[in-house]
Amino acid sequence: MAPNKEARQSPVSGVLLEAADISRITSRIAHEIIERTAGQDVVLLGIPSRGAPLAHRIAQRIDEIGNSNIPVGSIDITLHRDDLRLKAPRPLQETVIPTGGIDGKLVILVDDVLFSGRTVRAALDALSEVGRPALVQLAVLVDRGHRELPIRADYVGKNIPTSLNQVVKVNLHEIDGIDQVTLSSGESR
Amino acid sequence: MKHLLSTQTLEKQDALLILDTAEKLSRISDGPIKKLPTLRGRTIVNLFYEDSTRTKISFEAAAKRLSADVLNFSAKGSSVSKGESLKDTALTLKAMGADAIVVRHPASGAAHLLANSGWIDANVVNAGDGTHEHPTQALLDAFTIRRQLREGSGDLSGVRVVIVGDVLHSRVARSNVWLLHTLGAKVTLVAPPTLIPNNLSGWPAQIDYNLDNAIEDADVVMMLRVQQERMQASYFPSIREYSRRYGLDISRVNKMHKTGIVMHPGPMNRGIEISSEIADGARSMIVQQVQNGVYVRMAVLYLLLGGATEEL
Repeated sequence: MAPNKEARQSPVSGVLLEAADISRITSRIAHEIIERTAGQDVVLLGIPSRGAPLAHRIAQRIDEIGNSNIPVGSIDITLHRDDLRLKAPRPLQETVIPTGGIDGKLVILVDDVLFSGRTVRAALDALSEVGRPALVQLAVLVDRGHRELPIRADYVGKNIPTSLNQVVKVNLHEIDGIDQVTLSSGESR
Repeated sequence: MKHLLSTQTLEKQDALLILDTAEKLSRISDGPIKKLPTLRGRTIVNLFYEDSTRTKISFEAAAKRLSADVLNFSAKGSSVSKGESLKDTALTLKAMGADAIVVRHPASGAAHLLANSGWIDANVVNAGDGTHEHPTQALLDAFTIRRQLREGSGDLSGVRVVIVGDVLHSRVARSNVWLLHTLGAKVTLVAPPTLIPNNLSGWPAQIDYNLDNAIEDADVVMMLRVQQERMQASYFPSIREYSRRYGLDISRVNKMHKTGIVMHPGPMNRGIEISSEIADGARSMIVQQVQNGVYVRMAVLYLLLGGATEEL
């Protein structure tokens, strides 16, 4: 990772989003999804680890607002990553494709942080192994910029300008025991 | 993990990681056969000094599903039949850029030698060395048991496994004894006294010479092949007598636990160690074992080769 990029008005380190913020954001994304996908066959697929519980939360919100039972699952991208050789072998994560599959559906990928875009690229590859959706969209809790690929999100929870050497950490209750998004000026990941 | 040489030295957490990885791979590969890009550009050599059908094609299928390049090297018809040593073969494979070597050899310890000699820096997977070990077979057996009796997760604590047959010559039995013990299962070995190794001290298994006793309430019965090619010395009076005392038939299967399963590493001698009725029956996991073998070998190759070459 390039070390000496200038930080552009980055917020100071600390807690960026609290539990209430996260809840409001997922709720808003749920509303946006309903508005923009009316009448279509939607499937939500979270990218593990933290995209998976986020997808379930959004699906639950959509349920509560009134659209019944949106199929929700997860898709592991590990085997499609382009940086496998840079680290020790990673354990695989859960892939759960809802019954009914994804062929001809509108698939919305859900992830916690959109950064370089490489994860999403890998997810698109992984998706093509599973089937052929009619349309693929992307929903993220945080967009922190610094894209390395021509990829953008359709639903963005919060844009957070960062510098490259900062770390955005999303904690979710299901995995970390707390709902929180923090920014720190740690070492590069 | 750099090599997979034996299950005796395999830590429980590594064994579980392999099984969990295989479980996830099996879910991805469900349905039409999928090719994953994960090992693109890696070269895997199947170095087989002994005949093998299923292990070799299983490794080949696993490597190809992960997009690795596979080179097959069998001793027959190669420079080995002209007298080339293991070392020179290894150096040749290194020069060809092998990233991993899957080796089967009639000498116990061959895989270990290859891995620790310093001749090569490739990852080594033991696909059977003499009468020593055959770790991926044990892993696929454990995977099959876990999926059938434990819904594909956790360890095998409390599972009662009976391994029947030529324990003396069986690397499958050895690898299974160690791995199943590590995973918490209770293993009983059943064979005529002539086919039990002399010194079993240190083996985490019980011995029983009577199959009818041992099979009572068992969760898993694993039949070993009567290795007729290793039977020049008379280990038992006749095939018929062996079959009567140690063969698996319906009356014995009925004594197992009601959810019990029957396994065989193959190739089978139908009518000798296992009756056709059982081999093709509902409790038989023999076909699943072959299928699971590919997932387990994909998991092993991924975990050995999927990451950085150097430890970071």
